[in-house]
Amino acid sequence: MVEKRLKTSTKVWLTIIFIIFMGFLLWIADRTFDDYKLRVLRLIAIYGIMAVSLNLINGITGVFSLGHAGFILIGAYTASLLTLTPEQKAMSFLFGIQPWIEKLHTDFFTATIAGGAMAAFFAFLIGWPVLKLYGDYLAIASLGFAEVVRIWANNAMTITNGPLGLKAIPEYSNTWWVYGWLLFTVAFISSLVYSSYGRALKAIREDEIAARAMGINVFKHQLLAFVVGAFFAGVSGSLYAHWLTTIDPRLTTMGPMLTFYILIMIVLGGLGSITGSLIGAAIFAILFEWLRNLEQPFTFFGIHVPGIPGMRILVVSVIFILVMIFWQRGIMGREELTWENLYRWFSKLKREGEKS
Amino acid sequence: MSEEIVLNIENLHVYYGAIHAIKGISVKVPKGKIITLIGANGAGKTTTLSTIAGLVKAKSGKITYNGVDITNKPAHTINRMGIALVPEGRRIFPELTVYENLMMGAFNRKDKEGIKQDLEWVFELFPRLKERLSQLGGTLSGGEQQMLAISRALMSRPKLLMMDEPSLGLAPILVEEVFEVIKKINEEGTTILLVEQNAFGALKISHYGYVLETGSIVLEGPSEELLANEMVKKAYLGMG
Repeated sequence: MVEKRLKTSTKVWLTIIFIIFMGFLLWIADRTFDDYKLRVLRLIAIYGIMAVSLNLINGITGVFSLGHAGFILIGAYTASLLTLTPEQKAMSFLFGIQPWIEKLHTDFFTATIAGGAMAAFFAFLIGWPVLKLYGDYLAIASLGFAEVVRIWANNAMTITNGPLGLKAIPEYSNTWWVYGWLLFTVAFISSLVYSSYGRALKAIREDEIAARAMGINVFKHQLLAFVVGAFFAGVSGSLYAHWLTTIDPRLTTMGPMLTFYILIMIVLGGLGSITGSLIGAAIFAILFEWLRNLEQPFTFFGIHVPGIPGMRILVVSVIFILVMIFWQRGIMGREELTWENLYRWFSKLKREGEKS
Repeated sequence: MSEEIVLNIENLHVYYGAIHAIKGISVKVPKGKIITLIGANGAGKTTTLSTIAGLVKAKSGKITYNGVDITNKPAHTINRMGIALVPEGRRIFPELTVYENLMMGAFNRKDKEGIKQDLEWVFELFPRLKERLSQLGGTLSGGEQQMLAISRALMSRPKLLMMDEPSLGLAPILVEEVFEVIKKINEEGTTILLVEQNAFGALKISHYGYVLETGSIVLEGPSEELLANEMVKKAYLGMG
């Protein structure tokens, strides 16, 4: 059977039109949505960056890392310390601050890049020992790294303000910043995945020994994926901090819980699928917000349920377990939502329509 | 007789932890020939190939390739020098397409024209792969996967092709086809080091053979002689 294929120029035009269209929708949303809805809309993009970057490491390269929250935290603190003014820092650091940190001040864009770069630098450093490990051991070591970073942040009073956290971070993460970064993340990571480098990453995931026999320097490729993933995790950390406006090294905001939330997004969307990660992130963000209703008192089939804090985490966990049992490959599996696939899908529908 | 030796293994010892898997073997692979290592399960055939390819570390001994010491060099360096391995059990990439699998073989090459030519050559050897180009590797049949594994190794345009049990688990008719192709690849100029349990088939197409038993070479000689050897007949050919 000869498959009809779309021309590359057609695909490029479709992508450009799609991006403009999405930009238009965002513009409308930005003007008409209330504050709460806008915050959720922005959270979707931040989660999207987190999910796509973790998916590069876990889904595409097959390195099962649980250290993403560590990189996000590094990015968040680096960027926030740069965007806070010296006066603000002097005010909130009750136990004193390193003078050189107090003086540093940059704009939001530079701070975000710095956050990403700092996370990438740490990924490069810990990648050397951690990537020598396999499977479960690597997962534990990377989780350990994230915890070390968090506990360090909890104790390095003169750098991070310890458990008091950073407050009054300017809310720079508007719709355009977060979606702009999301676009850049997706463009960068998908062009990496579709290069010969990306093919090598997938080959490593499929069969490491065969990949080595093909002459692929496995360690170098894994390290590259790890560092690139960490860079975008750092970027998402900066956006997250300037969305939250207050950060502290708690378990839930930038601790292991966050890593597991991102893991849920990418598994739900389909490990190894970039578009799947985006879908997973959007579903998770909306579902997790909507489930807040469970934490308020409500009446369910005539039974009165008092509000239980933390109920939504329980429900999300149950949903995740059900997905794992019945839908292991997630929504997209390893497929991508490309123009090619959409076209094929529609022409199949058309053919079936003509038959009946 | 002065032939050019491509690969020279001298007194190689390999351990897996405490297990002494290869106990001091020496093998010579002359240019343009098919050399075969035969032996039963656990004789150390796969270990020998893995050590040459750099996937397993040698404890002692020396492996030289065209006069260069390659003992314990990383696998990607060895591959770049022109040694390709068709691993045991095919080990194709199941979720990559046939085309992507082939391109992984040419991973370290930059010459686009050469890659194109070799792609044509591979399709000539295995016309069936051309039909399956955009199919996922995992959806191929066992025989097709073996063809893909061989083709993938050929895509690096190796000077020395090492094959680990290419006939394993194939239907008899395919076994013959695979051996025919190996012979053809050799006739087109590639030196081959072939590891086989199918001693008869391997000895029939090869020039020289080594018989491995629990990590040591117990017998070696020109393949016709081995085919006629009483011990080989009894132990490996099921005759006698």
